Amino acid sequence: MDASVDRIAQPWGGRTPYGRHEVWPARVDTHLEEGVAPDDVQRWVRAASILHSDGDAMDIAVVDGRMVGVRGRAQDRVNHGRLGPKDLFGWQANASSGRLTRPLVRRGGRLVETDWATAMDRIVSRSRSLLQEKGPGSIGFYTTGQLFLEEYYTLAVLARAGIGTNHLDGNTRLCTSTAAEALKESFGCDGQPGSYDDIDHADAIALFGHNLAETQPVQWMRVLDRLEGADPPRLVCVDPRPTQVARRATVHLAPRGGTNVALLNALLHEIIRTGRVDHAYVEAHTVGFEELEARVAECTPAWAAGICDVPAARIAEAAEILGSADRLLSTVLQGVYQSHQATAAAVQINNIHLIRGMLGRPGAGVLQMNGQPTAQNTRECGANGDLPGFRNWENDQHVADLAKVWNVDPKQIPHYAPPTHAMQMFRYAEQGSIRMLWVSGTNPAVSLPELSRIRSILSQERLFVVVQDLFLTETAQLADVVLPAATWGEKTGTFTNADRTVHLSDKAVDPPGEARPDLDIFLDYARRMDFRDKDGGPLVHWHDPESAFEAWKRCSAGRPCDYTGLTYGKLRGPSGIQWPCNEDAPDGTERLYTDGISWAHPDRCETYGKDLVTGASDSVVEYRSLNPDGKAMIKAAAYLPPHEEPGAEYPFQLTTGRTIYHFHTRTKTGRVPQLNAAAPDVWVEVSVADADERDLNEGDLVEVATPRGALRGRVRVTDIRPGLLFVPFHYGYWDTPGGKGPDGSTPGRAANETTVTDWDPVSKQPLFKTAAAALTLVERGGGRAAPAPTTTASVPSRSGGVTATAGGPSASVAQSDGAPWHGREEGSR
Amino acid sequence: MNGITLTLRVLHHGEKHLARHLVAVAERHRTEHEVHHVATDLAVWSREHVQRLTDTGHHYGVKLGDPPHPSDSGVLATLREKAADAVGRRPEPGLLLLRDLRELHLGATENSLHWEMLAQAAQAAKDDRLLALVSSCHPQTLRQMRWSNTMIKNISAQILTSL
Repeated sequence: MDASVDRIAQPWGGRTPYGRHEVWPARVDTHLEEGVAPDDVQRWVRAASILHSDGDAMDIAVVDGRMVGVRGRAQDRVNHGRLGPKDLFGWQANASSGRLTRPLVRRGGRLVETDWATAMDRIVSRSRSLLQEKGPGSIGFYTTGQLFLEEYYTLAVLARAGIGTNHLDGNTRLCTSTAAEALKESFGCDGQPGSYDDIDHADAIALFGHNLAETQPVQWMRVLDRLEGADPPRLVCVDPRPTQVARRATVHLAPRGGTNVALLNALLHEIIRTGRVDHAYVEAHTVGFEELEARVAECTPAWAAGICDVPAARIAEAAEILGSADRLLSTVLQGVYQSHQATAAAVQINNIHLIRGMLGRPGAGVLQMNGQPTAQNTRECGANGDLPGFRNWENDQHVADLAKVWNVDPKQIPHYAPPTHAMQMFRYAEQGSIRMLWVSGTNPAVSLPELSRIRSILSQERLFVVVQDLFLTETAQLADVVLPAATWGEKTGTFTNADRTVHLSDKAVDPPGEARPDLDIFLDYARRMDFRDKDGGPLVHWHDPESAFEAWKRCSAGRPCDYTGLTYGKLRGPSGIQWPCNEDAPDGTERLYTDGISWAHPDRCETYGKDLVTGASDSVVEYRSLNPDGKAMIKAAAYLPPHEEPGAEYPFQLTTGRTIYHFHTRTKTGRVPQLNAAAPDVWVEVSVADADERDLNEGDLVEVATPRGALRGRVRVTDIRPGLLFVPFHYGYWDTPGGKGPDGSTPGRAANETTVTDWDPVSKQPLFKTAAAALTLVERGGGRAAPAPTTTASVPSRSGGVTATAGGPSASVAQSDGAPWHGREEGSR
Repeated sequence: MNGITLTLRVLHHGEKHLARHLVAVAERHRTEHEVHHVATDLAVWSREHVQRLTDTGHHYGVKLGDPPHPSDSGVLATLREKAADAVGRRPEPGLLLLRDLRELHLGATENSLHWEMLAQAAQAAKDDRLLALVSSCHPQTLRQMRWSNTMIKNISAQILTSL
């Protein structure tokens, strides 16, 4: 099957069909820069993708100290050799012009180049004076979902025990905090129950608000291959857009925005009404079933149809598939997590699996997905609003245990309140109680809601902003100190994907100029701050990635995310390994909860739970009385209408999301020729009915406005549900005349100019899916097409006049049958 | 007027007061986004309680008023919102927020105690109608209490140590 495929025109490449319970055949995708033949490659260096949460295993091709391409790793259990378009082309951004090569500091209002000593000295002296004058609560850290485990752990230790601040969170708050919270609410603890291998065994796959085709293209290839093989699975798709998933689904439900809980309650109602409950499983492993049964008793499909604007018969059909499946796999992503009642809805999906006993067996699993690639590591390491190792901040034993690992007094670790979430940190900065904000590897000036507010917070004179990144992002342009960081391929470390698979990613080339790995920057800061443990030894006593990994292993010991059986050496073996990996499970653990629920006991659980509507904390006393034996918790939730609904002034619902050719804020993918050309600018998806009613056509320039702000984009008429607009998020300003935001010469372009500052009270994840918006014509397109791809959910409803998305020769990718595995890194030829 | 109708009246007043207060707090703290949105949602519960108390009151010959309309505070609400925006960048409103959350908590606690009393009376009088009313409303009152308590717990350290 050796073939050359334009992987912009065909993002999922060729098919390798396989039947149920068979092994997914390997297919190795290779892309090398023009003029480089496979034989020219001097070294293949082990890595995995950090452009989505699959963690696709790949090798980086190196010639003369330069990256020249990538190749999927056939033996890896995650991707079996395949790579998505972002993996195949994204590496080129590393060498693009505009990389930061020297630190910058603000002098006289302008950012000017300086040396590392000067830049670090500014940060350290500000940290010291704030600690002295205002205390640790005046310093906050906002990190990403794209660093490595070693870096998050080091950051967590220096922030929580060194500075002693409670303000540390990741931008994973925007992508994965609902996944984590839903798992905690149902199972008492974080940790993905399922495995991607469940796709091989399921006879029904339900994708809830999860555009798998675009967010995790390699796993979509897996589903496509199953669909073409023997005994294909039935697909249920819940998505208001005509995604590729929706097009292949057996049943597609396109609910009105913000109504997921109503829809899920109706699905649960039907499953219970038709007697599809596994009572033996419910009895043995759960508490709370009666409450759910009572809560959904009135939630008929007809009731939900009125709220969700979905035919009741379709709801019944979907429930029939969910209820009759022999092995059901559900996957969940931002259509649930970034929408109204996020955690309540995600928990109802867990409930479907709990009442049907669909857990812990091949094909019977839940994948509460991550949006960011290394989000799982922020969760494990406590860089995201949890304590490291899934420890419970309300359990004094857990805190004492952590203090022992770090050799500090428990009082030094803030645990009087839940670790501050990102949105609250920005509020504290707005109010002036946080005076220093260190932003690493993320770009809040594009990615947070209500951007005019975020820009004004970051621009305050009294707030000292440190930004650590690869490029002079929109956020970096507002900073007081900018630190040039090294990235993937330029540094070594491990990271973990959405199904708990740990990969090692080795350094392939040197970073440009004076750019440094994030780990080195954090270690340097810890050294200069001279953080000490309670015996006077250095608090951060490691010095490189491997020693940081060893330190983390001690912190993870005995916890659900136990890494103690892993070493760098072992991770350089044939494939990624799923945690927990320890003496009992030396090869890792494919699925959690194979023998019942294991981490929900009151003494072991990560949280005592929250009210799914108000977010109020439950107490340990309540937890103990409701769940004394540590079973899974079936938690019911009532539907509540969204906080912002369309009206006369703002008649549309507005939803935003990610698409296949770009990754968050485009700092990398926007600099990759093939990816940028496929989706170079923002667009606005409008339904056929709405376009007809307003006389709008493909390519017309429109303004989308909400009470917060506005953006302009060209219209793409699609089969999206009527009344709904879609705008791809994270188009920013670095490649516009405005540079860091809209101005006289640059109209609004970022979706988040318009989104509302509101978050799920349980997971604290911001809502990007439920704003009300107005739509006005700015100028006619005059034959222009929208800059939207035709290969994806944005496929035009009427194809006339729109050129099909293609990449041409530069997007050509070799696809070959599973190439022979050459063992460890092949080294120099 | 017997004890049951008296308690109905007191609760009706308390829930009405809490509904109004939740809306007022939501407006006053519009820049505290979680407080704003959740308080607005919680006011709906209290309004439902008022309506149900009114309906139940009919059966006991007690005439209680209808719930307050969600947006009946007009000019005052606008003023509160404007004030919230104007001082959104200052730390002092943090203290005001803590005071407001404390008042909400105490209001909900008072209602909770009255629901408790009503439940006891209903049981003694073997009054199923009343018991059903209490068992559907009281849990929501408890959740209102827990919410205000949680918010106070989560933000008071930052507000009080940064002044």
